[in-house]
Amino acid sequence: MNEGSEVKASRLGRFWMLLAFGVTFVAGAWCQSQGFFEFALQNSDEVWRLTKQHIHLIVTAGSITVCLGVPIGVLVTRGFMRRYKEITLNFLGICQTVPSLAIIAIAMGFMGIGVKTAVFGLVVYSVLPIIRNTAAGLTEVSPALLDAGRGMGMTPWQILIKVEIPNALYIILAGIRTSIVVMVGTAAVAFLIGGGGLGDLIFTGIGLVDTGIMLAGAVPTALLAIVFNWLLGMVERLVISKGVLRE
Amino acid sequence: MIELQRVTKIYPGSEHPAVDGVSLTVPEGEICIFIGPSGCGKTTLMRMINRLLPISSGKILMGGKNILDMDPIKLRRGIGYVIQQIGLFPNMTVRDNIAVVPKLLGWDKRRIDNRVDELLNLVGLSPEVFRSRYPTELSGGQAQRVGVARAMAADPPYMLMDEPFGAIDPINRSILQDEFLKIQEKLKKTIIFVTHDIDEAIKLGDKICLLKDGRLEQFGTPEELLGSPRNDFVKDFVGSDRTLKRLTLLKVRDAMLEDPVHCHMEDPAADVIDYMEKENLQYLLVVNGDNKLRGYVTRRDLVDYHGSIGNLVHPMTLTVRPGLNLKDALSKMLQYDLGILCVIDEKGRLIGALNSQTLVATVGITYDEKGGHWGKILSGGKVL
Repeated sequence: MNEGSEVKASRLGRFWMLLAFGVTFVAGAWCQSQGFFEFALQNSDEVWRLTKQHIHLIVTAGSITVCLGVPIGVLVTRGFMRRYKEITLNFLGICQTVPSLAIIAIAMGFMGIGVKTAVFGLVVYSVLPIIRNTAAGLTEVSPALLDAGRGMGMTPWQILIKVEIPNALYIILAGIRTSIVVMVGTAAVAFLIGGGGLGDLIFTGIGLVDTGIMLAGAVPTALLAIVFNWLLGMVERLVISKGVLRE
Repeated sequence: MIELQRVTKIYPGSEHPAVDGVSLTVPEGEICIFIGPSGCGKTTLMRMINRLLPISSGKILMGGKNILDMDPIKLRRGIGYVIQQIGLFPNMTVRDNIAVVPKLLGWDKRRIDNRVDELLNLVGLSPEVFRSRYPTELSGGQAQRVGVARAMAADPPYMLMDEPFGAIDPINRSILQDEFLKIQEKLKKTIIFVTHDIDEAIKLGDKICLLKDGRLEQFGTPEELLGSPRNDFVKDFVGSDRTLKRLTLLKVRDAMLEDPVHCHMEDPAADVIDYMEKENLQYLLVVNGDNKLRGYVTRRDLVDYHGSIGNLVHPMTLTVRPGLNLKDALSKMLQYDLGILCVIDEKGRLIGALNSQTLVATVGITYDEKGGHWGKILSGGKVL
């Protein structure tokens, strides 16, 4: 990069920083006027407890989703399943169009109320982007690499672990990231079936027409989404080989 | 040794065999080229050898053992594999790419590291610079060098190469071919090499197997294909300029006039000019006491000059080594507009000379046993 564009970039950065400060200040002032800080500070224990519950929900549902989604994505692209790949993905695509609330309602029908149902609903709802991205990432790996691997005497398992997954990791992790970040928001709905979490405050606030209470749930939810996004971004940078990272 | 016995491949759902009863034997340590027009089955045939494709009928023996009796994974680990798309793994460094097969074979880290450096040196890449690079940081030529190094990592006795230099620009391709030949001279692997480029086939092949529609049209040395094509297809395929192509097969050492006439730096000018007048020579080569080539003198310079000729010597523009092929020698002569090309050994000693007439004569002799006119360079060693 030459000097001129560096200067430009830093100027642009300063502009965005100022804008962000401005927006944050206005938003903070608005929150203050709605009684958000007052409520949140008075009930900080409660907000903290629900936040932890929310995190717990996401970590549980998130790990199950990943453990389920990635292997299914891999299976869909294996030789014997490849011909069903389109059907599988279309079917899962249709599932995705069902609103999260409906899935949770359906799940409640046979699992009752509680954290388990909430986790189940979240998993069903979030697994698709992971499957789809895993499948897409693996399909995109150049056939030349598979041919080279096979010709050198790697077993199908070794090709998967050493060649296919590392080279598809960028796309796979992008799917996981999207899925988890969306899940942070969706998890608010879990409150409706006794799953707890920050949805408690959001829905109570809506019920009482008290924006302060609602914000006490919504603001931490938004922050959580940002934190998860950042954390997963760090994971990407750590585990993806430098040779594969696209800049 | 690789033996193919009536190898046939019929793809499911196809009526015509892709490979039809091909039998041939590739002796230990030789390069066998599979060549033919697109769709002739050359790649299919190669891929059956490491069992990437199943054989429909026939037998393939490697070192006397039927490959169908071997575990395909073990078989492939013993055969180096290079493809046109190179297929370096982008997620691995150059070192890890080369280390793939040794790791599969369970070598320890130090042995792998040593081997990686050794191979990088062999293919002309500095280990310090390239060891930890990623494939995206390599040029096409560098990447294929790594590809070749990777195939040779576990020192397999056999190699399969599918148009390895096909995607590389002509200049680098020719450099890679030369280096490949040099490496092969040292390592003596048994190599199957697929290409569609007849010039590459002639340059690299010990044997050429020309295929058309899955059938073997002719199997033999490049000399045989160029000198006695079996039918019109072979004749067309090797090209109407096949006489010229033979130049790439012949070395300077085959064509040069050995021990050309020359004189010494200390020889008196008067004697030299007498000799030149007697033989009607315009130029004479000059060597020093160790028989090292110093240049030449012209008759015009020598007229009325007294003393030894050392001061009148013109240096040679260009000299060549006996191992150079005649095509390159000829193109050098034309490029630099030289009437004579001196051949020197590794110590710079004069061992022969080449001019356009010796070149033409050599091609003629080896081609149809006709002699030629040598022109005005004479054999006979030191004359004074």
